[in-house]
Amino acid sequence: MKILVCISKTPDTTAKIAFTDNNKKFAADGVQWIINPYDEWYALVRAIELKEKDPSTVLHLVTVAGADADPIIRKALALGGDEAIRVNTDSHDSFFIASQIASVAKQGGYDIVFTGKETIDYNGSSVGGMVAELLDLPYISLATKFELNGTAATVTREIEGGEETDEASLPLVVSCQKGMAEQRIPNMKGIMGARTKPLKVVEPAATEALTTIVSFETPPAKAGVKLVPADNPAELIRLLHEETKLI
Amino acid sequence: MSVLVFIDHADGHIKKASLEALSYGAALAAKTDGTAEGIILGTVNEELAALGKYGVKKVYQVKNESLNHLDAQVFTKVIAEAVSSTGSKIIVFSNNLSGKAIAPRLSARLKAGLVAGAVALPDTSNGFVVKKNVFSGKAFANISVSTDIKIIAINPNSYPVSAGDGTAEIADLAINVDPFKVKTVSVSKSSGEVPLTEAEIVVSGGRGLKGPENWGMVEELAKLLHAATACSRPVADSHWRPHNEHVGQTGIAIAPNLYIAIGISGAIQHLAGVNRSKVIVVINKDPEAPFFKAADYGIVGDAFEVVPKMIEAVKKLKGVA
Repeated sequence: MKILVCISKTPDTTAKIAFTDNNKKFAADGVQWIINPYDEWYALVRAIELKEKDPSTVLHLVTVAGADADPIIRKALALGGDEAIRVNTDSHDSFFIASQIASVAKQGGYDIVFTGKETIDYNGSSVGGMVAELLDLPYISLATKFELNGTAATVTREIEGGEETDEASLPLVVSCQKGMAEQRIPNMKGIMGARTKPLKVVEPAATEALTTIVSFETPPAKAGVKLVPADNPAELIRLLHEETKLI
Repeated sequence: MSVLVFIDHADGHIKKASLEALSYGAALAAKTDGTAEGIILGTVNEELAALGKYGVKKVYQVKNESLNHLDAQVFTKVIAEAVSSTGSKIIVFSNNLSGKAIAPRLSARLKAGLVAGAVALPDTSNGFVVKKNVFSGKAFANISVSTDIKIIAINPNSYPVSAGDGTAEIADLAINVDPFKVKTVSVSKSSGEVPLTEAEIVVSGGRGLKGPENWGMVEELAKLLHAATACSRPVADSHWRPHNEHVGQTGIAIAPNLYIAIGISGAIQHLAGVNRSKVIVVINKDPEAPFFKAADYGIVGDAFEVVPKMIEAVKKLKGVA
């Protein structure tokens, strides 16, 4: 069994979101970087659990980023995984990124490709589906459970107002969200071991981006909260009915 | 430009998110001197011609009952064929759960630039630039798409449904449907309740409610408002409520018209999941709770005293005994 987990570097969930260079670039100064939580908590940890169940499993990580992502990759390797591949390029176009991952995946011949359901910075929720299409593999998105029986996968995914359980044979691409696994903290043994795990740097395959970011905007500030006295909740209901007309 | 809108459905009914996509597609066609058409895969119990009132002239249907379930790979192939036979230049999806499964695949298949999570019509004054949500609702990015075919997945509840007059012509599309590689074995839906991601009003509870036994008033208020219920991360992590109710950065991101947060302090990760709500109401006994800064209306007070009175007031408003 060979598993590939796609990871991405994102600003910490509490990072201040601001832009520089005439609103053309994210202001990265002083920003803490983390592994995209959906990639780490759900995709990577579920893959590690599968490897713990079947130790013959080969688990690789892939990221498409510059060398500044190396600390993030080491942190991911401290959680688990045998080796990491970094495609040495920076891009914000999901198709470009997906093409790089697909190229790595083709060469590696993986049975499962896991991604997080989206990154918390660009919120595209696109890379998994694009990788699946480029590899011509089935894709199950927004999965909350993943079980394996030989080469048959049983996957539960979110649907509007509930869940659906699907069956598919490997190879398969799955995007993961809450429910798949529980967050883990790397232990000292993992951190020490991660230092010597291979981190291969490969140059990007020739591909064109399909989109470009022209500029960023921050939403207008809220006008401020209208407070209603605690002894008069009926007034709140009246405001919601008459001012907002929502109830 | 000619616009093709993907019409999503479940249990025989067209989803509201798709009515938004149809309205968006029609406005986009009008803006670019084109026509809007729709495509539906599978069968529904609704009159498709009536979709004309949202501004589509024609609805293509691939009448194959196997398409009442989703296999993104098969759907993508069918839609790609439809795009080539109809000559459509812009494909519109709702960025709902099905849209997220299909639109990226279609983008890769057609080498068509995708803007996933769009919130407005494109700016066509200089190229084709679409505004979308980024950084979990904390900012917007303007994305330029330069490919011949373009795909837009519009965020649910970002574009209003606009209905007028009109009847759509229905055309059967004969497209070969591949056997499914993903087989649906079971579907479970919480019956009688409003799905969280489709709800126009959401009532949400946090740690301030002290325990799962106190959710009765949250559920009662939600029921009266025809709202869905949600919760904060600590509540889901403590198993007071199911994890599929967790809204926030790592849970579900929602964008209802009205979000009522009870006993939730409003950590930045929680805000990331709800800041696209149109109106936010916060009930919290701590006046320093950060959530008040993001709120439109608020009550500083004890939820156990405030919420029952809100329920009473809603009952009075709705004439419920």
